[in-house]
Amino acid sequence: MNLYKYSSPVSFYPLAGKMWPIFALLAAALCIAGLYIGLILAPTDFQQGEVYRIIFIHVPAAWMGMFIYLVMAGYGVLALTLNTRLSAMMMEALAPTGAMFTALALWTGALWGKPTWGTYWVWDARMTSTLILLFLYVGYIALTTAIEDRRRADKAGALLAIVGSVNIPIIYFSVKWWNSLHQGSSVSPTMAPKMASIMLTGMLVMTIACWMYSIAVALVRVRAIIVEREQGSAWLEGKQA
Amino acid sequence: MTLGTLAATGLTLSRGPRRLFSGLSFTLQAGEALVLRGANGCGKTTLLRVLAGLTVADAGELHWNDQRWTALCASQRAASLYLGHTNALKDELSAAENLAESLAFDGVEVSDRRQRQSLDDMGLAERHHLPARRLSQGQKRRVGLARLALARKSLWLLDEPTNALDSEGVALFSGVVGAHLREGGMACIASHLPLSIDAPVRELVLGEVPA
Amino acid sequence: MTVAAMAVTAPERGVWLAAGRDLRLGLRSRAELVQALMFLVIVVSLFPLAVGPESALLKRIAPGVVWVAALLSVLLTLPRLFAADYADGTLEQLVMSPYPLPLIAAGKMLAHWLMSGLPLALIAPLLGLQFGLEGNELMVLVASLMLGTPILSMIGAIGAALTLGVRGGSILMALLVLPLYVPVLIFGAGAVEQAMTSIDYSANLSLLGAGLLFGALAVPFAVAAALRISLD
Repeated sequence: MNLYKYSSPVSFYPLAGKMWPIFALLAAALCIAGLYIGLILAPTDFQQGEVYRIIFIHVPAAWMGMFIYLVMAGYGVLALTLNTRLSAMMMEALAPTGAMFTALALWTGALWGKPTWGTYWVWDARMTSTLILLFLYVGYIALTTAIEDRRRADKAGALLAIVGSVNIPIIYFSVKWWNSLHQGSSVSPTMAPKMASIMLTGMLVMTIACWMYSIAVALVRVRAIIVEREQGSAWLEGKQA
Repeated sequence: MTLGTLAATGLTLSRGPRRLFSGLSFTLQAGEALVLRGANGCGKTTLLRVLAGLTVADAGELHWNDQRWTALCASQRAASLYLGHTNALKDELSAAENLAESLAFDGVEVSDRRQRQSLDDMGLAERHHLPARRLSQGQKRRVGLARLALARKSLWLLDEPTNALDSEGVALFSGVVGAHLREGGMACIASHLPLSIDAPVRELVLGEVPA
Repeated sequence: MTVAAMAVTAPERGVWLAAGRDLRLGLRSRAELVQALMFLVIVVSLFPLAVGPESALLKRIAPGVVWVAALLSVLLTLPRLFAADYADGTLEQLVMSPYPLPLIAAGKMLAHWLMSGLPLALIAPLLGLQFGLEGNELMVLVASLMLGTPILSMIGAIGAALTLGVRGGSILMALLVLPLYVPVLIFGAGAVEQAMTSIDYSANLSLLGAGLLFGALAVPFAVAAALRISLD
């Protein structure tokens, strides 16, 4: 299979059109399965009661927020080295989903914190670094929308994502370091180390569901971006006619 | 200065939905000048920036003596000198300081005496120590001409170089370009005014290519 | 005129050329340099007015206050790095210079630090005294700023280069740069705090030093790429 063929928007557009419903269906099915496992099959936690069940969305969201940024940085490397337009479009398509998951992780974290520790927000290492990750997403989106020239916006966004991804481990490390320095606020929403395997299964199923959702949404969005950018070009006019 | 041949093949560039040029090819031999013509917004400046390496074309290649130029590669930076709409002078520095700074970054060593001589030749005799912000537009252009004459670059890429120059300035410009071409240099000049250069000049008319 | 191959014989001269040029230009407008320092002094002086004059509290927040103010002060000076050169067309000339662009960028960042971070580190002891820091704590404050502010100049240069000529560029730049400043802030302020509680602070300073080395090697290339993107 010629991979380069699908790096052009022209051939990717119809492919994405065929693929996204499959991923959307998978996402819906897995989400139902995951919620069934998480909300019904999984037992009540003996310490936290029913509240802990928020992890079935909280943990996958936090993972996805992190993961999508790294995927964007990967596309950024492709965009800058191979100069493929589609990579930059994929970055633009993924950014809102990544930001949404990161915000969701913070929100569910706060909702979990209130009944468990009596406060919506603690400056714990993971919450803090997730907040900074959200800032990185906001920076990427702000930069790419502020630059009018699409070519420049693509490349600038790609470079920013790469610089950000190099910084993410450093930020995580520094925030952990900072947290260990200030012992006062070391309460943090964590699960008991021995999690029941059914809980783990539920979380994994939900994570894969989030994954499928992200792919489906990114594909739909990238189609919209292709249409927006390629306005007036012959192949697109033919498609729409 | 290295003598060379510049060959452009299949240059294509779009800005947003607008295609500025497509499949543009030409060669430029040592001692030749290419004058770019065309209406405002037809891509003259963009083409010059592509030749300078500042802008990357969507497709097409540049070759310098059989060596392929990737945008801003060392050989391209060593060979070419681009003067755009702005005069590329620092307002805070005097004419003489500006000239010295530009030449330092061009990687050439020129004695102070020759720098002063060149400014004098360009009719700036009394103005060496005036801050650039107090020079007129035409005088700023003349500082640029002094740099062109001294920088020993092979390929001059000039964007509307005679703008703001008076008739004496235009004559100076023609003289500087003519001398450069006779020594085997080459120039690519975007201009909407007729130029009288005493050397072989070819014209390239850019027009909007239907997409 | 000699018809011979012209090559740059000593590329590293690009660093000194660029640094010399920017220092010369910066010293022509000294007022701006002083203004950034005054900004730092004023911001730091606002804190006692906001939280009250209780000396124990002030001393406790001193490292954070001075470091956050230093960070903002550096942020304010970042447009100086490239914006003027972009506007008057000299940036294009620097990018096209036969000297390698990463080295020119390194020279510009060096000059920026000499005119922003260094003076700031040097007046920091005065600010520390206002907040009741003493002896060794002041030394560590200066050391942390000496090691940390060059990193601020470097990370800032990436943001400044990416936002050149963009509408609302300076706020956008702050948005891009501030999250990336977090580790520097943590290690810098952390070092001073550890000195205050008589814990060994050398690890924090070593981490800043390591960041500085890594930055000096990697950032010039990122800035060069960003400048090329912004001029395209």
